[in-house]
Amino acid sequence: MAGPKYPDFDTLALHAGQSPDPATGSRAVPIYQTTSYVFRDTEHAASLFNMERAGHVYSRISNPTVAVLEERVAALEGGVGAIATASGQAALHLAVATLMGAGDHVVASGSLYGGSHNLLGYTLKRFGIETTFINPRDLDGWKNAIRPNTRLLFGETLGNPGLDVLDIPSVAQIAHAAKLPLLVDATFTTPYLMTPFGLGADLLYHSATKFLGGHGVAIGGVLVDSGRFDWEASGKFATLTAPYEGFHGMDFEEESGTRAFLLRARREGLRDFGACMAPMTAFQILQGIETLHVRMPRHIENTRAVVEFLSGNSMVEKVIYPELESHPDHALAKRLLPKGAGAVFSFEIKGGRAAGRRFIESLRVFSHLANVGDAKSLVIHPATTTHYRMSDADLAKSGITAGTVRLSIGLESSADLIEDLDRALNVAAKQAAAKA
Amino acid sequence: MELAADGRRAFCYTASHAFDPQKPTLVFVHGAGLDHSLFGLQSRYFGYHGRNVLALDLPGHGRSEGPPLPTIAAMADWVFGVLDAQGIASASIVGHSMGALVALEAANRRPERVARIACIGVAYPMKVSQAFLEAARKNEQAAFDMETIWGHAPQVPFGGNPNPGMWMYGDALARLARLAPGVLYNDLKACNDYVSDFAGVKCPVLFILGKRDVMTPPRAAATLIQKLSNAKVEMVELSGHSLMAEAPDDTLDVLIEFFSETRTDRPGR
Repeated sequence: MAGPKYPDFDTLALHAGQSPDPATGSRAVPIYQTTSYVFRDTEHAASLFNMERAGHVYSRISNPTVAVLEERVAALEGGVGAIATASGQAALHLAVATLMGAGDHVVASGSLYGGSHNLLGYTLKRFGIETTFINPRDLDGWKNAIRPNTRLLFGETLGNPGLDVLDIPSVAQIAHAAKLPLLVDATFTTPYLMTPFGLGADLLYHSATKFLGGHGVAIGGVLVDSGRFDWEASGKFATLTAPYEGFHGMDFEEESGTRAFLLRARREGLRDFGACMAPMTAFQILQGIETLHVRMPRHIENTRAVVEFLSGNSMVEKVIYPELESHPDHALAKRLLPKGAGAVFSFEIKGGRAAGRRFIESLRVFSHLANVGDAKSLVIHPATTTHYRMSDADLAKSGITAGTVRLSIGLESSADLIEDLDRALNVAAKQAAAKA
Repeated sequence: MELAADGRRAFCYTASHAFDPQKPTLVFVHGAGLDHSLFGLQSRYFGYHGRNVLALDLPGHGRSEGPPLPTIAAMADWVFGVLDAQGIASASIVGHSMGALVALEAANRRPERVARIACIGVAYPMKVSQAFLEAARKNEQAAFDMETIWGHAPQVPFGGNPNPGMWMYGDALARLARLAPGVLYNDLKACNDYVSDFAGVKCPVLFILGKRDVMTPPRAAATLIQKLSNAKVEMVELSGHSLMAEAPDDTLDVLIEFFSETRTDRPGR
């Protein structure tokens, strides 16, 4: 007898979280542009407030359009649920603030998006949460950095911008041996290329601004919980396992088990910090997700073509992409990212900072801006933009030099992308030759 | 609340309320491979509306120490053990799936101690397919997949969860992943093997059945309903087997109505 079957990724990307609107029959996800919801009566209101009934009260806490996005991303990632936030940064903050407070500690990869590095290294430090940054490839480094007050291990599935492939199974094992969860930023990989929960991660988030949306029109984040981490057994997470005075003495783990983390994050984090997602934003990101499974293969196909071109160009010192044998994580990428190692990568241009500047200014199809994961191809110079606050030593730890150029490969014709890069590299080469 | 039952550590959720001997008690018993938190919304409601709530984790489930109990009769006896430990003479019981069989068996064995029972998503006999049993015996992922997919209405992977932002399949799989090996098989076998004539069941019985239930289709409860003299049936139109999660408000509303008829309920002690 054949067993039952789950819907495939492609089907979930289009349908999960939404049945046609019961009020109107609308097939598309309606935009519930409302702040609040009428109660049936006072008893119903009291029940909603006290979590005796499911439903919406106020759009800072939950909203029907946003809930479709949350459920859809949770379905694609295989999580118990999700919370959509105002940005990817808000998702990271919500995760950290839900798990810990002053006096606690995070062990994080040193190869992070600059904004995440700022939040952990500077801003949260001011609120008493310290972070130790380590080389993500150094498994002993992860282990040795754990202290009695550590509450979280954190890294990016593909480090920014050196594309260090996080060895999720090994780092998760280290985390779990210490009774700690592993949080990953899965923005660069999307659930299409990798599902981190299947590899051992406990929590993940996306900057939905990037590939999930894909159109570059909306800022948002999504925090997802696998529901697999046993907070009670860990004994390290009082925010989830002790009565919370701020919600009628609720013990979130006792109340909801697998859903404890998200319950606290929603009932405290969204309630008090308020970094919620607007319904229009959720709608826009949903439009992107509906084609994620169609877009990602094209992103990968174009990236491979561009990587091949750059690898053979005389103006290019080196290309940093995990699918190349020269990348230190090549074998790991083959194992963890068989569908492709993403569509964002870096290369070193010969001629340093000046050549880099000339190259970027000569591009016509690529757009010079601070974003990745757009349908349009993008370019940036990390040392002067996303990572500009970092010291040279920290830059080196992240695998960045003055000549590093980061590309995010879009969905244009790969021939046009290669032609654009070729012309800009020739311009940079002429300038370098003139100087010589 | 942690307590000792049969010499083993057991857990029951009380909706953050201390036991009040002046209030009637409502016991919640979960289904195969599940735990108390499936009744989260419903048990919390009753805990805040005039009842003592004991939402149990059966041995080997949730926070209660194992091993799991091998038969429905043993589970019913264990429930009485919990009531004894709390000094509770009489209670009403809400059971889901396997928990509904436990509720029926409790009312059958000790009718004087059970005021009313509500059976959610139940069938009798509760026969489990050989493929499902075998996969569970081998602790194969296929068993968790069958439990998850058949445990919800077919539209669940596409439909909106009434609980905002949650993914029901993911929740079911995460819960099953936490189970010790063999617990799901134990439960399924207990359901499969359970036989009773229900002759001792005299109390009012409410059946809450999901019209789209694949695991225990409503027609599979018909024989059982006919055997009982004091049965009432509520059919929930759009729900599958996991009624508390799929149709939380509908389930709660019929429970409220049913238990609001219990003015004659004796206080707990």
